[in-house]
Amino acid sequence: MSTSAAATGALAPAAQPDAPALALHGLVKRYGGRTVVDGLCLEAQRGAVTAVLGPNGAGKTTTIEICEGLRVPDGGTVRVLGLDPRADAALLRPRVGVMLQDGGLPSGARALEVLRHVSAMYASPRPVAELVDRLGLDSFARTTVRRLSGGQRQRLSLACAVVGRPELVFLDEPSAGMDPQSRHAVWDLVRELRSDGVAVVLTTHLMDEAESLADVVHVVDHGTVIASGTVAELLATGAHGGAETVARFTAPPHFDPAALTAWLTAHGASGASVTVGRRTLEDVFLDLTGRNLR
Amino acid sequence: MTGPATTTPAPAAPAQAAAPALRRIAAQAAFESRTILRNGEQLLVTIALPLFLLVGVARATIVELDTAGATRIDFTTPGVIAVAIMSTAFTSQAIATAFDRRNGVLRLMATTPLGRGGLLAGKVLGVLGVEVVQAVVLTAVAVALGWRPHLAGIPAAIGVALLGTAAFTALALLLAGVLRAEGVLALSNLLLVLLIVGGGVLVPPDRLPGGLAQVAAWLPSGALGEAMRGALSGSGVPPLAVLVLAGWTALLAWGASRLFRWQ
Repeated sequence: MSTSAAATGALAPAAQPDAPALALHGLVKRYGGRTVVDGLCLEAQRGAVTAVLGPNGAGKTTTIEICEGLRVPDGGTVRVLGLDPRADAALLRPRVGVMLQDGGLPSGARALEVLRHVSAMYASPRPVAELVDRLGLDSFARTTVRRLSGGQRQRLSLACAVVGRPELVFLDEPSAGMDPQSRHAVWDLVRELRSDGVAVVLTTHLMDEAESLADVVHVVDHGTVIASGTVAELLATGAHGGAETVARFTAPPHFDPAALTAWLTAHGASGASVTVGRRTLEDVFLDLTGRNLR
Repeated sequence: MTGPATTTPAPAAPAQAAAPALRRIAAQAAFESRTILRNGEQLLVTIALPLFLLVGVARATIVELDTAGATRIDFTTPGVIAVAIMSTAFTSQAIATAFDRRNGVLRLMATTPLGRGGLLAGKVLGVLGVEVVQAVVLTAVAVALGWRPHLAGIPAAIGVALLGTAAFTALALLLAGVLRAEGVLALSNLLLVLLIVGGGVLVPPDRLPGGLAQVAAWLPSGALGEAMRGALSGSGVPPLAVLVLAGWTALLAWGASRLFRWQ
C-alpha cells in the first residue's frame, strides 16, 4: 500500500541506526492496585541477544507484552525500533517478531498450515521450507496443533516469530518444555539471528539458556531491573558488590579441600572456603533474587 | 524500501514490509473457513443441522404446519437458510473465537501485520465463505425436494443474509469476548436451539403460542426469519424486520466493541 510505504519513508530519517532496538525507561504497569512493573529501565541492541532473567511473577511477560503493543503501560516510555508500540503499531508489526509464552497457535489447524498462514502476512517472508528444515518441523507438519507436544509447539511458534524476517524478535521463554535436541536447534537459530543483525530479546528462567545465549542479561525482580551486565560481569560480581577471586583447577584424586582452606587462612585470606564445582549464573541469580519460593 | 539507515557495520535486513492488506485479510478468511469446514463439531452445527431441519420439517408430517397455502418446502426453506446463517455467524463463530481467545491466537495474530482490524475482517469474511458453502448445499437439496423460490427476491435475500450475518457475528463476538471458552461453547449451542424452537426463525412469530408470538418478532432470529421468508416467497421483505435486525446489529456491535477483551 502506497500510504504505509510513504509513512515508513517519512519516518526513516528520524530512526537512528545506532539507537537501541528497544529502550524502556521508568516503565510502570499496575493490575488493580498491584504494581507488577515498577520503574523498569532496559535497553536491547541490534545484533545482540538480550536476556530478561527473573523468577515467575517478576514482571517479565508483562514487560514484553507492553513492548509488543499488547498491553498499555501506566507510566514510563517505550521505544521499539525508535517507535511507539501502540501509536505506530501498523509500522512495527512487519518488523517485529513475537513468540508468546502460551504459543497462540490455532488448535484446529495443522502445523505447516499455521506457518504458511503467518508467512502470508509478509511481503517477502523467509522460505517456509527452510524453517521447516532448520527447526525439524517436518515430522509433524500435517499434525493438528492440539496434538503437538509442548516442544513441538514451541518450535512452531519460533518459526512463526521469525518467518517475517524481523529486525527485533521477542521470545517469551523460548525453550520451555523442550528436549535437549530441540533446545540446541532453537539456540542455533537464535545465534544465527544475532549474527544477521537482529535484536533478540528473550525472557527465561533457565540459567543455562541465558548463560549460553545472552550477550547482556538483565535480572528482573519485583518489576524492576536489579542487575545488568554480560554473563561474565555478573559472575565476577557478588551479590553485595564485592569482588571475589575464583581459582579453577582440576583436583587430583583424594584431594582434601580442608588443606586448601588451611593454607588460604595461613596466608591471610578471610572467610576462605572451597566450593567444589564452579560458580554459575544460577548462584548469582539466587543471590540476587533470594531462595524463597513464590 | 530505501532509507539512509544503512550505515551500521552489520546492517539488518532492509525494513520489512507487510503483505497488502487485502491479501492478508483474504488469507485470514480462507484460513478461518477451512478450519471451520474441517472441524467435525462445526460441520455438525453448520451443515448437518440445517440439512436435518430442511428434510425433517419439509418431509415429515409429524409437525403440523399452517403454511398459508404454500407448499411445505417453499414455506420451510427460507427459515432453514436463516437458521444456517445463525449457526455459522453465531454458534460456530462464537465457539471458534472463544477458543482462539483462550489459546492466545487473537493476541499472536494481532502482533503480525494482520492486526486486530484485519483479524476481525478476516473472521467476518470467513463466515461469509462458510455461508456460501451452506447456501449451495441447502439450495441444491431444497430444489431437489421441490423448492421453487421467488427468483426476483434473491438480491433482497442476499441483503438480508448480510444484515443477519452482521447481527449474529456481533452477538458471537460479544459472547466470545466476555465469557470463558467452555461457557461460550455451552451457551451458544443452547441459544441456537432455543431460538430455533421459539425464536420465530423456523416457525413464523405469529404462529408461536401465546406471549412468545409478541416477543419473537422483536428478536433478531424472528426478524431474520421473517425477512428471509418475505424475500424468497415473493411477499416482500417486511420493513419492520429489517429495522429490528439493524437495531440489534447496532446494539450488539456497540456492546462487543465496548466489552470485548482480547486476553
